[in-house]
Amino acid sequence: MSRLSVVSTDKVNSTTEKLMKEFTQRIVANPPGVCPVDMQLAFLKVCHAQTCGKCVPCRVGLGKLEELLEDVLDNKATMRTLDLIEKTAENIKNSADCAIGFESARMVLAGLEGFREDYISHVKEHKCIGTFEQPIPCVTLCPANVDIPGYIALAGEGRCADAVKLIRKDNPFPTACALICEHPCEARCRRNMIDDSINIRGMKRYIVDNAPTNTVPVPECAPSTGKKVAIIGGGPSGLTAAYFLQLMGHQTTVFEEKAKLGGMLRYGIPNYRFPRERLQEDIDAILSTGVEVKLNTVVDTEAMEKIRNEYDAVYIAIGAHTDKKLGLEGENSNNVISAVDMLREIGDDKYPDFTGKRVIVVGGGNVAMDCARTAMRANAKTVSIVYRRRQEDMTALPEEVEGAIAEGIELVTLKAPLRVEADENGNACALWVQPQIIGPVKAGRPAPRKANKPEERMECDVILVAIGQDIVSKPFEDFGIAANRGRLCADETGALNMVGIFAGGDCVSGPATVIKAIGAGKVAAANIDEFLGYHHPITVDVEIPEPLLNDKIPCGRVNLSEKEAWARKRNFEGMEYSMSDEEAVQEASRCLRCDRHGCGVLRGGRQDRW
Amino acid sequence: MVNLTINNKKVQVPEGTTILTAAATVGIKIPTLCYLKEINEIGACRVCCVEVEGKETLVASCNTKVEEGMVIYTNSQKAQYARRMNVQFILSQHDYRCAACQRNGNCTLQQIASDLNINDVPFEQDYSEFDWPEDFPLIRDASKCIKCMRCVQICDKVQSLNIWDVVNTGKRTNVDVSRMRKITDADCSVCGQCITHCPTGALHERDDIQKVMDAVHDPDKIVVVQIAPAVRAAWGEGLGLPASMATEKRMAAAVRAVGVDYVFDTNFSADLTIMEEGNEFLERMAHKDQYQWPMFTSCCPGWVRFLKSQYPEMTSQLSTAKSPQQMFGAVAKSYYAQILDVDPSRIFSVSIMPCTAKKAECELPVMNDAGAGQDVDVSLTTRELDRMLKAELISPALLPEEEFDMPLGVGTGAGVIFGATGGVMEAALRTAYFVVNKENPDPDAFQAVRGMDGIKEVTVEIGGIPVRAAVVSGLGNSRKLIEKIKAGEAEYDFVEVMACPGGCAGGGGQPITDGVELADVRGARLYELDKNNPLRFSHENPSVQALYRDFMGKPLSHKAHELLHTDHEAWDMPKAK
Repeated sequence: MSRLSVVSTDKVNSTTEKLMKEFTQRIVANPPGVCPVDMQLAFLKVCHAQTCGKCVPCRVGLGKLEELLEDVLDNKATMRTLDLIEKTAENIKNSADCAIGFESARMVLAGLEGFREDYISHVKEHKCIGTFEQPIPCVTLCPANVDIPGYIALAGEGRCADAVKLIRKDNPFPTACALICEHPCEARCRRNMIDDSINIRGMKRYIVDNAPTNTVPVPECAPSTGKKVAIIGGGPSGLTAAYFLQLMGHQTTVFEEKAKLGGMLRYGIPNYRFPRERLQEDIDAILSTGVEVKLNTVVDTEAMEKIRNEYDAVYIAIGAHTDKKLGLEGENSNNVISAVDMLREIGDDKYPDFTGKRVIVVGGGNVAMDCARTAMRANAKTVSIVYRRRQEDMTALPEEVEGAIAEGIELVTLKAPLRVEADENGNACALWVQPQIIGPVKAGRPAPRKANKPEERMECDVILVAIGQDIVSKPFEDFGIAANRGRLCADETGALNMVGIFAGGDCVSGPATVIKAIGAGKVAAANIDEFLGYHHPITVDVEIPEPLLNDKIPCGRVNLSEKEAWARKRNFEGMEYSMSDEEAVQEASRCLRCDRHGCGVLRGGRQDRW
Repeated sequence: MVNLTINNKKVQVPEGTTILTAAATVGIKIPTLCYLKEINEIGACRVCCVEVEGKETLVASCNTKVEEGMVIYTNSQKAQYARRMNVQFILSQHDYRCAACQRNGNCTLQQIASDLNINDVPFEQDYSEFDWPEDFPLIRDASKCIKCMRCVQICDKVQSLNIWDVVNTGKRTNVDVSRMRKITDADCSVCGQCITHCPTGALHERDDIQKVMDAVHDPDKIVVVQIAPAVRAAWGEGLGLPASMATEKRMAAAVRAVGVDYVFDTNFSADLTIMEEGNEFLERMAHKDQYQWPMFTSCCPGWVRFLKSQYPEMTSQLSTAKSPQQMFGAVAKSYYAQILDVDPSRIFSVSIMPCTAKKAECELPVMNDAGAGQDVDVSLTTRELDRMLKAELISPALLPEEEFDMPLGVGTGAGVIFGATGGVMEAALRTAYFVVNKENPDPDAFQAVRGMDGIKEVTVEIGGIPVRAAVVSGLGNSRKLIEKIKAGEAEYDFVEVMACPGGCAGGGGQPITDGVELADVRGARLYELDKNNPLRFSHENPSVQALYRDFMGKPLSHKAHELLHTDHEAWDMPKAK
């Protein structure tokens, strides 16, 4: 017997590793709509299988919890069973020796609270509260419910113009979403169970690159109803509502305070991510439905009164376009610039010149990345991002952070801004920061606190503040619209507290994604149509290809490539490359067609109209 | 056209054809279980799986379209193994004590298990428990449900009532009443289409045969049976009797052989319905501004339940005339008791109907106008009739034909076509024409309302007045029509509605031949009977004439109102949720 030995991976271990990875992927792709109590029981069984068996609470207690949950699902439980589940889990949490036990119990307690209604429904009604809605995961998770399997199949056959038409049934911004959507649709893609999610945004990009949206005619508008709808704000939400309302036969007028349409798509997202001429393709198509546009038109309280009298309905989609302040000493020094202001200028083609300047960006979201990368393109000497938490805590998409790093931008993490130091001319010359230590998790996120380290002075010439945006809600609140901390209080139909006035997008949700704003515009259009006394369905006449009969063997996901960092970081040109035909065909063939396989063919499948 | 090979046979079929259909064109039968053409093509049971050369996994032939050059094997080892084991999976969650099941001998699952030579199930039995109100006319036995989803689909897509839904997920996935309701609180029309489209015994009517047999053996009871028009077109199916043997007179003989006292014909009260409803229509037309339009027929209780739950505000547009079943019941316990000179309470009134909703109708608290309990004591479906005949050891094939009893056994050709969609309208138009013009039209003048189209429209001139009529069958079609009326896109004076597609011929109480819709075949038999009947007009029914002369007075008389009309508002229906 040797004293020590080198452990080599045996077949059992390597298979376990492989299956664990696959199991993780399966959890990622958990279908929306399955019974949460059943899922909880399944998790609990996994937890129990992980038990070494030494300690009583874990070895015995978890088994007893399983039996109690089985009773709930088998209609044998009473409300007292729920109490017993709680007490049992509480005891295991309190008395288990290691995390295998107490974390299992903690999950049960969290579920018991979070799925309380479902538990009660099983006990009292003997059925799950959820109806059988396990529709297509990607479509469900898309705020505008775009027919994703449909357009991927069309793209796979090279029918890109048809794909544009299909996308437009739910979303008149195919190009915008092709280039900059945060693609929540990909999160639970069932393909994760085999290898990786479908590159849905990449497929859409292939579609609009092969069939630019301004070359695909929009559907015919319904006969004119004679109704007039005012849209306040020419961003993605407002223009979406305008587009659908035009198709429904209503005459819309968009009031836009800036010189051009597009909202945050133009005045928030820089050109290298979303080239302006591509934005114009979507806007031109939308305007071809006959939308009237009033640019450079600020709608204040008085104007609202007039609009309300002149129009049959109003949709407010003013976005969140004003900056948040740091609230720091010296914040008003020269060269402390808000992200909103800088990106707005760029939207009107006024580019800053930071040649030779040392730039600090404060913030950790996507806007902070946009600012940092814009500063780099504006020829800054150095660009640093200062953030209170760690890189993994940043709210920006990981690929945005990685892109910034590749372009030579420094991440300075765990530094909380203290004050801005200005020189004798009132120009910012340094940012003082307090080093932080990452600490306990609060509300799901690790919270930083002051570290036992001295303040630091970071020399700089320009400070860009990208810590969030606010809504200019005052004129509307003065008009009588209810708001909560600046957000207009619209219900799930988009309706406000004043009849005939609807709102949606960032001004209701707070700063969020483009696709959420588009989804809100779609919802508002439907409900304004109903409010006006109509029921115009929005449909599309595109036949969806049959699913491919290929075996679903694992296959890598095609990712989009970008220009090399050195070639892109000093100009504002678009930097992402499209898929090739070869790549698109392969990627489309990976789609599992959940619209035709699984429950999509029975319930919650393709919606060909709304 | 697409070229492919199935089991080494060359096949050419149009693009878009499924493998299942393509195979059928060359005589290759692939077993199916959950599949219902155009209604349920969800590939859930995986019994129809076939092997496609070059593909590792099998495909469902019911919903996979053919592709050029495909090479398919329907009975490869892999396909056969999968098919057999999937049936064994299903059996492991199905109570297969087949001997004690209504569908024994007419069950698709049983048939497939037998065809595939399945002699055992290597898995533990574990099926849901029966949990259902046993006095509801429609019974769901969860222990027999195989979750094929056909009931969900037929109710959603054809009847538009969405009574059934899938509840729970994972291994506890089940079918149950939708939206957390009990069936007794649901707006179910009790049309029975889910029953006739169920492949197993999971859905069936409440079996009321014993109640009838108890009455037959009760010496104090006088058992009076009425048989609905559509029953005669289908009763032989459940007994394996060819159409040539399954005549209406042999049906009368068979029912009499059970031991009932009198065998009558609902065709009689169908004629009576025409007299009341036709005159009511003419009366409403004469005072047009006092009524909401159109007037709807009221003979189909599934439809009455549908309208009362979905469009309660239109209830007053239903004709107040009772259905033929209920008119017969009221007449049997009044006029006929008088003829027999017996206390009406001795009469036990039985109906044999192609319908499950009739069971609900005869139980309505208001259906007791003759004053001797419910006017119809028990309503049996055609399927129950067949089972009753078998259980009573009656072999109709060996029985000579017999006449219905008199006088309530006389019906005209107009009465018999009540069993087909459009029949009520045609019969009504024949008599309305007579009432207005004082002479009979050509009995086949109103053929335009015949046929299997879900919605039919016709405008007929009666006495110079154009009558805009519509005939609709199937509740989904009914909803479409009503929505058009409400939207002002359609305007009618008189609308006939039958809840079941094809009318009572396709009724939810008719014998089941899985996967085959027989409403038009049965309907054609009814039109044949109409053609061959010397009496083609309800108003010429001598027994109806005698009833008015000796008892009722005239149509819409006080007595007629008392016995032959009803207040549809007098009972409540669970509203649509």
